[in-house]
Amino acid sequence: MKVLVKRGDSFQEFEVPRQPSQTVLDVVTYIQRMLDPTLAYRFSCRVGMCGSCAMMVNDVPRWTCRTHVDKVVSNDRLEIGPLRNLPVIRDLVTDMREFFDKWARAKGEFRGAQTKKDDFAKVPPQSPERVLVDKGIECIGCGVCYAACDVVKWNPDYLGPAALNRAWTLIKDVRDNQTLERLRAVAGDAGCHACHTHVSCTERCPKHISPTAGIAGLKRAVAKAVLQGEL
Amino acid sequence: MRQHPSYWVFMVHRVSGIALAAFLPLHFWTLSNAINGSLAWTEQPLVKFGEWLIVVALAAHLGGGLRVLALEFLAWREWQKSLAAAAAALAVGVGLALALAL
Amino acid sequence: MSFRTQAVLWVAQRASAAVLAVCVVVHLVTIIYAVQGGLTASEILARTRGNTAWLAFYSVFVLAVSIHAPIGLRSVCIEWLRWRGASRDLVLLVFSAILAWAGMRAVLALFA
Repeated sequence: MKVLVKRGDSFQEFEVPRQPSQTVLDVVTYIQRMLDPTLAYRFSCRVGMCGSCAMMVNDVPRWTCRTHVDKVVSNDRLEIGPLRNLPVIRDLVTDMREFFDKWARAKGEFRGAQTKKDDFAKVPPQSPERVLVDKGIECIGCGVCYAACDVVKWNPDYLGPAALNRAWTLIKDVRDNQTLERLRAVAGDAGCHACHTHVSCTERCPKHISPTAGIAGLKRAVAKAVLQGEL
Repeated sequence: MRQHPSYWVFMVHRVSGIALAAFLPLHFWTLSNAINGSLAWTEQPLVKFGEWLIVVALAAHLGGGLRVLALEFLAWREWQKSLAAAAAALAVGVGLALALAL
Repeated sequence: MSFRTQAVLWVAQRASAAVLAVCVVVHLVTIIYAVQGGLTASEILARTRGNTAWLAFYSVFVLAVSIHAPIGLRSVCIEWLRWRGASRDLVLLVFSAILAWAGMRAVLALFA
């Protein structure tokens, strides 16, 4: 099949043999090992756990190690490119710094009041807050949702679905005590209010997380805080 | 590029919103002139078509808006909402359009 | 504009949307009724003139639209026009005032 790989501003065409159960990562690996050793790309676990191999496949962000060629090839043709909405370092490798910077700006780290001297916090798994947290906690920061989001494309300041989803899980974590600071960090033009529920993030997330739902939760929480004069 | 349904519902919602915002000043201005009867120009077929388009845009924008309100305030599954609201908007739009055309 | 103000804008947008959902349904039903019944301009005017319930309803409609439309356009300005800075919000504020003024002028023209 013909594989078009985005390198810089243009596509380079390669002829790659089809194999049974071939994944897109297999294709990229074949190109780099057999056809062009200068091709730069990222991967790590190659079994769908780390998220490093995320790329645009036919203009859709996916984990290439978990994307079977059979599912995406059409007319014996495949297009592979670097993740959208991120600066490109080279070929298929993007600079993930702004993705993680936004995570930090959304205050995506846990802060609690207890120390190791205190007893364990008791959080029933079926409590309403924990159920909500568990729905969003499995994010591994792969950037697929960020690449899928059109608001990220249109608004460079927008924190993005992953950072906002993480903020939501921390706000709902009963052990965390930074709720108001987090709400302040995610409110406004760069935050949850810029989400227009395209639902592309939820559509593409390989862990089946719904950042849309988390962001909606943030909108409600911010509104409540504003109306109660707490923000 | 092939996009999923929610994306199109959003796009219709935004484009119809822009169209309505552009139309409103004209609408208010025309109404103010309605009392002195200078409305003969509105009988032209192109104007009638424009009116029909605006009504469809309004219905579509309402449908899309209900979808956003549902997604933001109710604990519902996303795909249900997309289909429901898209269908609602379409139904309302088509129904009204037909009704007006009669 | 502070994030607090932006959050208030979002609340105002959703609140006016809820009001408009009701107003738009009533308005569409009214328009279909008028068109299907073949009501003439003078027949419509006969029903709106001196009708305080009509005045109240459409005044609320105009106010809600003057809040809802500019805030909606704000996102379009930021995302599709890349309009940064205070000038954008100033222009939208003026647009809001124009909608309110032109709308009330139209409402009063049909009421008085």
